[in-house]
Order: sequence, then structure tokens, then C-alpha cells
Amino acid sequence: MTKILVVDDSNSIRDMVSFTLKSAGFETIEAKDGVEGLSKAKAANYDLVISDINMPNMDGITLCSELRKLPSFKFTPILMLTTESSSEMKMRGKAAGATGWLVKPFNPEKLLETIKRVVR
Amino acid sequence: MSVDLSQFIPTFLEESFEGLELMESSLLKLDAGDDDSINSIFRAAHSIKGGAGTFGFDNITEFTHLVETLLDEIRDGRRDITAKDKELLLVSVDCMRLLIEAARDDADYDEDKITQTTQLLEQTLDIKSTSSNVEKRLGNSNTGKPKDKIWHITFIPEHHLIQTGNDPLLLFNALADLGNLTLKAKTDLLPAITEMDATELYISWELTLTSDASEEDIREVFEWVEDECKLEIIEVEPTSVSNAIETHDSSDTRIAVATELSNVATALATDKSAIGIQSSEKTDKNKAKSKQDLGSIRVGVDKVDSLINLMGELVITQSMLSELGNDFDISKLEKLKSGLDQLLQNTKELQESVMKIRMLPISFAFNRFPRLVHDLSLKTGKEINLVIRGEQTELDKTVMEQIGDPLVHLVRNAVDHGIESSDIRLANGKPKSGTITLDAYHQGGNIVIEIGDDGAGINREAVLRKAIEKGLVDSGATLTDSQVFDLLFEPGFSTAKEISDISGRGVGMDVVKRNIQSLGGRIQVESEPGKGSKFKVNLPLTLAILDGQLVRVGTEVYIIPLITIVESLQAKEEFINKVSGDMTLYRLRDDNVPVIPIYQLFNLPADTKEVNNSLLVVVEADGQKVGLMVDDLLAQQQVVIKSLKDNYQQVEGISGATILGDGSVAMILDVPGMIEMAMKRAQEKQSEHTLEGALV
Amino acid sequence: MDIQALAKDIPEQGEYSLEGIDFITSGKQYLTFLLAEEQYAVDILCVEEIRSWEQPTVIPNAPKYVKGVINMRGIIVPIIDLRLKFNIGQATYSDITVVIVLTVEIEDQSRTIGFVVDAVSDVLNVEDNEIKNSPYFGGCVPQSYIEGLINVGAKVVTLLNVETLQLIEKHKVD
Repeated sequence: MTKILVVDDSNSIRDMVSFTLKSAGFETIEAKDGVEGLSKAKAANYDLVISDINMPNMDGITLCSELRKLPSFKFTPILMLTTESSSEMKMRGKAAGATGWLVKPFNPEKLLETIKRVVR
Repeated sequence: MSVDLSQFIPTFLEESFEGLELMESSLLKLDAGDDDSINSIFRAAHSIKGGAGTFGFDNITEFTHLVETLLDEIRDGRRDITAKDKELLLVSVDCMRLLIEAARDDADYDEDKITQTTQLLEQTLDIKSTSSNVEKRLGNSNTGKPKDKIWHITFIPEHHLIQTGNDPLLLFNALADLGNLTLKAKTDLLPAITEMDATELYISWELTLTSDASEEDIREVFEWVEDECKLEIIEVEPTSVSNAIETHDSSDTRIAVATELSNVATALATDKSAIGIQSSEKTDKNKAKSKQDLGSIRVGVDKVDSLINLMGELVITQSMLSELGNDFDISKLEKLKSGLDQLLQNTKELQESVMKIRMLPISFAFNRFPRLVHDLSLKTGKEINLVIRGEQTELDKTVMEQIGDPLVHLVRNAVDHGIESSDIRLANGKPKSGTITLDAYHQGGNIVIEIGDDGAGINREAVLRKAIEKGLVDSGATLTDSQVFDLLFEPGFSTAKEISDISGRGVGMDVVKRNIQSLGGRIQVESEPGKGSKFKVNLPLTLAILDGQLVRVGTEVYIIPLITIVESLQAKEEFINKVSGDMTLYRLRDDNVPVIPIYQLFNLPADTKEVNNSLLVVVEADGQKVGLMVDDLLAQQQVVIKSLKDNYQQVEGISGATILGDGSVAMILDVPGMIEMAMKRAQEKQSEHTLEGALV
Repeated sequence: MDIQALAKDIPEQGEYSLEGIDFITSGKQYLTFLLAEEQYAVDILCVEEIRSWEQPTVIPNAPKYVKGVINMRGIIVPIIDLRLKFNIGQATYSDITVVIVLTVEIEDQSRTIGFVVDAVSDVLNVEDNEIKNSPYFGGCVPQSYIEGLINVGAKVVTLLNVETLQLIEKHKVD
């Protein structure tokens, strides 16, 4: 089953994303900040990582670059959840190795539509 | 498939309230240059904005966006935070709280306040327009004609595209969702097998998409890889549809796979039934709740584990007893007894453990005070220092929800009447800042909450004078200090020369006392002139369970809440005095305690009808002591309180019922209620006598 | 036993062929009981339990017809003696005295009350049009408690209104 790591410090967003993905048949693991996200990532293989950017302890951009350093995550799709779609954000994300982004607020339908570009 | 977002709203509201608390407490403590705090305040606002947008609370999103912008400028260093900014942010937090509460309760909010604060924020941020600056989420632009178009797409990715995690095939999947897709792969750049780098992409594609989508829609699919590819999208006339596509063998499979995948994806999307979970009905209770509703409880895993372990032990004890029960003979009696002891132990521990689940640290109730004291300090111009201790002390969630308001009143009272102005303090050799202390700790089976101040103390003389003026006491009466202070809790009492709007019009203290009593607790006052005062609130740790003294009156068993009992004694003739015809008083040291024969009050048969040598249980309520006359003192035990109101109605003198060990029902006495009953009866009797006297 | 033949008898989905069984297709069922010699009835759907009489715990200063409360599986249930409430016959308490426990829900307010009666009789099936209006000539039972009259043979059964019963002694809640 396709396994997705969901990293967001907001309980409600995390719940919503996780629920939406589970309902679509994906398996989800959750983390509440970059540190927890990184440690969970090291413990298993994932088909996709969805992470918020603004989080305490370790933000999404840093998490992304840390993940790219792990051999198992070299080509894993990593999507950033961002409230801005500025080109500056794009640059930062790409520089850190992000695959793409999803702009908040998004609804569950949009989420599922979008992740089709990176998972089956 | 559609996901019902409303199921996540309670979580969003809860975390938003937490976020607001964090913002507020951080703002209050904020020093310039404290980057960490500013960042966490920003993040809290940012989170709330994000969630509000996701769950459709546009007014919250709009307002919070302004707050977030201001915070962003500060954290970026583009703006130095001033005291004015800080106050504005605090007020903004209030506004956000109003908006979120309104969202939670589906109620109206103070629009003026929001508008005013919005204007202030815009001014501070130097935003000219009054309309919001939030980028509203644009729906897909409806440029596409409903008619299908034919798009010719050339997609030439850079070699390292895959390393970004993007997979062209999956992008084509997404594209295939928009309509009918056929593609042709160009493999001319494929190097020899031996020279191939598995992580590099050598293929480019020519795609034909028949769809009513717009060019923008198509570009959107490729938006993540825009910079890593060459992308051409051309609309083609339907007449020049491309010829039969030559396909390379391997790309044939890939097309098949791609189409197959897109079919599967579509199938999944249509098969899955809509997941519509009923949004929680907004009960009227929600709307009526004016108290801070703590919503759900997050329980630590340790508490749950402890519960599970104890359950396990209970099961073991049960099976042990069950086994003993098979073929029981008298020789097994000892084992049975020890088994029953074990059962008692298990249930006790289980009970404690379950109680703990509903227990939350009192910090939830104390959290509002830093802000409150800060605001009151500004308002009164007094310098006040707030010290909070024991905030980890736990108490029952429901008790905590209800104790909030009384505590607020007591703190306001301390600020208003307790702490003197800086001048007076300095003149008296006191430090300029007054200190208010909030403390909480466990004592016995209760929680004690103390509100202390190092202010002027309570002016005993002034209180007594006022009480005499209001006819609450006779001018000749001698009262102890604590009796005088108790007068503060009489309705309509206020010694402030002007009724300050902070403490209220003297309607506060009696309501505070009543609220505390309704929770099964009591309140005491200690004070020393010139030094300060201390209000001690004593509350049971839980509402549903009571420590009770079982007593017998006739054939009935009643339960007296242990917390009300002062002492039990056997009435001695020498201390019994009859006054005013019917009332019997018992001399208990310096007090004259009225005797209430329960059998009379409740119209029951009883063994003991004479006060002499009877068993009196002296109880205290509302600062008043009475002696309840009973036939027998039975056991003391913890009882579970069950309401009579569910299926019956309120009964005078009775606060609830419980089920005893033998399965029978016993009534729990409502001591204040009984005192009222007795007084009413006495008054009725008096008017009867007067009438009779008049008729004679 | 010819399984195949039996299988043919099983109705297809949607078919109902249950001959010879008295199937109730309309109307409602009522539990009838006695107060002295008189027959009364209540909607059986509201009957939670039928218990034998046991002495309840007295409620101080309650009206005479409120006998007290009992513990019914952890729930505190008040016991009202209808013979005393309606002043019918003698209120005696013996082995055959019965308590009918009704649970009635009106607008998500649910109340469970036990009513002391002399005996329980039958279950009646009554069509709505069989319930006749009750002419009120000032009998013992107040009109608000009466839903109608049912003729059973030569006798008359008074159908009681459960909603009114649900509200019995309901004043004085806060």
C-alpha cells in the first residue's frame, strides 16, 4: 500500500490530510514537526512526504533538505504545504529539493487531485 | 468522493484557542529582541489563518492575515515592536478569540470591535484600502469553452528531472484526467545501455490532449517542473488531428500502462462512496455555554496504560473469585475474604485511575489571569505583580469549567479593593508593586485554591458598620473576625464608596459563594489589616462522587456530605435550650446551634423524637451551623451521586440520590436546602401563631 | 426432506408469502392493565419493563401517590401509584401488585417512571380508527390523561396518553 508521511504542526490540518488520504486508500504516518518527521522518515520507506513549511523545532524546508541527504529519500516525492505561492517560496523549496507544493488553503479534493502527479 | 471537513472543525477550534493562549502569554512576557517568542507568536497566528482558510472561516482568515502581516514585519526586523504595537496585538488576540468563539457557537460577535481593530491594524501597517488584502483563492478560471479542444504538447524534460521526485508518467496521469490523452515518446537521445545513468531521464514526449480544459489548466499540471523542462502547448484545429502515432515498443507499454493507470484512478474515484460523516449537531447547550468550554480531553498515554493495567488486575481478581465460587465450602472462607479485599483494592485503584482521566491541571483556569491582571493594572493605574503557583495541580474538568468565573471575580476584587495605589503603598513602607498570588494544592480529598494579596487587608470595622446599616446584624452583636468577613458574602453587600465597575455592584461575592457551594465546596477568608487578605476556596476533586456519612432516621438511610460535617455528638440536657416557643438550640462551645429534627422536616417516623440524649450531627453551610437529629450513625463511604431530576424533579432538602451496596436507593441531604426549609417552616408557624393571636 | 423443494418455497426478495400467520399490518399494540375493576391501556412501545412491587425509597414530603424511587439497573426511577393518583379502588401492595415501567421520549427529553397498578392483562392490537373519543363526565381520571376508549367485546378499555404520563410530577426542575 502506498505509504505517505504527513508532517504538520496543526492537528486539524494533519487530521484532515491524513483522513483524506486514508479514505483514498493510502497508508499515512503522521509527525507534528520536522524533527519528528525526520526520525519517522528514517524508520521506514515512504512513497510520498507531505510537509508544512512553518513548524516549530525544524521547519519544512530544512526537513526537505535533510530528507534528501538520506539515500532512501533521494527520489521520493516531497510536497510542501505553503500559504504563499510566491516565486521566492518556489525557489527555496526547489533549492531544498522539494518535488512540488500545494497552496493552503486547499480542500481534500484538491489534495487528492494534486498528489496524483506524484503517486499512483 | 467527498470528505466532510466539519469533523475536523472541533480540533481546529481547540488548537486555535490554544494558539491564542500561547500568543497572549508570549505577548505579555515579550521583551524586545526575543526572536524565539516572536516566531512562535507568528507561527500561532499563521496556523490559525491556515486552518481558518481550510475550514471556510473567511472572516477569521481575513482578520488574522492582518495580525500575521504585522507579526511578520516584526520578526523580519522590518519593524521594531513598540508598546503600542504590543497592546494592539493583545487586542487583536481578543478579537480573534471573539471570532473563533462565534465560529464555535454559531453565534454573532461584536462586529464593531472587529472593525475598529481592523482599522487600527491597517493604519499600523500603512494599508490604504479598507478591503482585505487576502489573496482569495481563485477558482479555476472559466476560460475554457465547454467544447473540447485539441492540444498539442511538447514536453522535453531536463535530464535530472527524476531527481526532484517528479515522475513524468504520473504527470501524464494527471493530464489524462483532463480528457483524452495519447502520447509519443522520443527516444533519440537515449544513450547506449552501458552509458546510461539510471537516475537520468533521456526521453521527451509529444502529447495530444483532447479536452475542454484551458491552457492554464494544462500548465498547472506541469507547474512543478516548469523550470526543469521545455514545455510547449499549442492549440490545434480539430481538422488536423494527428495521424496514427508511431510508437516505440517500450513506450507502447508505457502508454498502455499510463492509460490503464488513469482508468484505474478514475474507477477508484467513482467507486468510492461519498464519505459523509454527519457533522456534529449544534446542540442548544453549545449556544448557551458562556463558560469557557474546554471541549475534548486529551489524555496522556500513561493514564490510559494505567487504566488498562488495572482492568487487567480486576479481571484476574474476578476470575479468582469466580473459581472460588465453584464448589465453595467453608474452608475457602479465608481465601474468599482475601479475594474480596483484593477486589476492593482493585476497584479503588480503578476508580482513582478513571477519575484522573477527567482531571486536568488547573493551569487551564489560571491561564487567563496574566492577561486579566495586566489589563486591570493598566485600567486602575496600580502596579501589580501576579504570582502563580501550583498550576499543575489537577482537578476535575467540569469543576474547573465552573470555578473560572468565581476566581475571576476574586482576583478583580483583590485588584480593586485589596491592592492599594502605589502612593499609599510607598507611604506605608510597602513595595510599589502590589502582589497577587494564585495558588492551588491538594489537601485531603479536595483541592484548595488560594487567592492572596499583600494589600490593605479587610477593614473589619467598615464591614461591620455596613452590615449593621443593611440590617444584616444587630448593632450589639459580638462577632469573630471570620464571622465579620463572612458578611462580605451576603447579597447586596459592598463597602466601596463608588461601586467600581471592575468588581461589580456588590452582586459579586454572594454569587461567588453560591457557585462554590453548588460545586460542593466552601470559601473562607483570612485577612490582616495593612498586610493583606487571603481567600481560600475548598473544592471536592470531583462532582460525581461524594464522601458521605450514612445516617439512619427511622427506617430510612440518608447521606450527609462529609465536607459539611463539623462534628457529631450526643446531646446533653444541660446544653439544650428552647427559645421562641419552638426552636431548640444546642450550646456548642460559644455557638448556639439550632437543632433540626430530620424526621419532622421530612415527615417520617423515627425512633428519637426528643432532643435530649439524641444523636446530633452538627453541619455547616452558608456560614451557618445546625444540628441534624438522627437515630443512628452508620458507615462513612464514598457514594456516586445520581440525580433525581432526570426522571423526577428537584426535591427540597435533597441534593441527589445514590445506590448503596445492597442495591437500595438512599437520598443525599442538601444541607443548605434543609436549613432554608426549616427557616421557612418556622416563619410559617410564626405567622400562624400571629394570626391565631390576632383572632383571639 | 427435499431441500430443493423447500428452497423453491423461499420467497424471492420482495415476495412475502406467509400464509396462515396472523400478521399485524396496521394499528398499534397496547398493554392493558387493571386499576381495581377498570381496564386501562398504554402504548406497548413505551413499556420498558414490568416489575413486581417492591418497597421504594421514600421521597421526603412527596405527594401520597409518589411512593418513592427504586434502583432499576443503576437508574433512579420514581414510582407513582396510579390507584392513588386517580383515586381508584384501594391501594394495596401484595405479591401480585405490579409496577409498569414506562420510558417516554418527547423531543429528546426522556423520562422513565414506574406506575403501580393492580394487575397486567393483555396485549391488544388496535387500529387507529378503533379508538373512540372519550366523553368526559367528570370521571376520576383527568381528561388530559385520556387518549380515547377502546371497545373490547362488551368491555371498555381506557387508553391513557403516555405523553401526559411522561410529564407527571415534572415541575420544579431548577
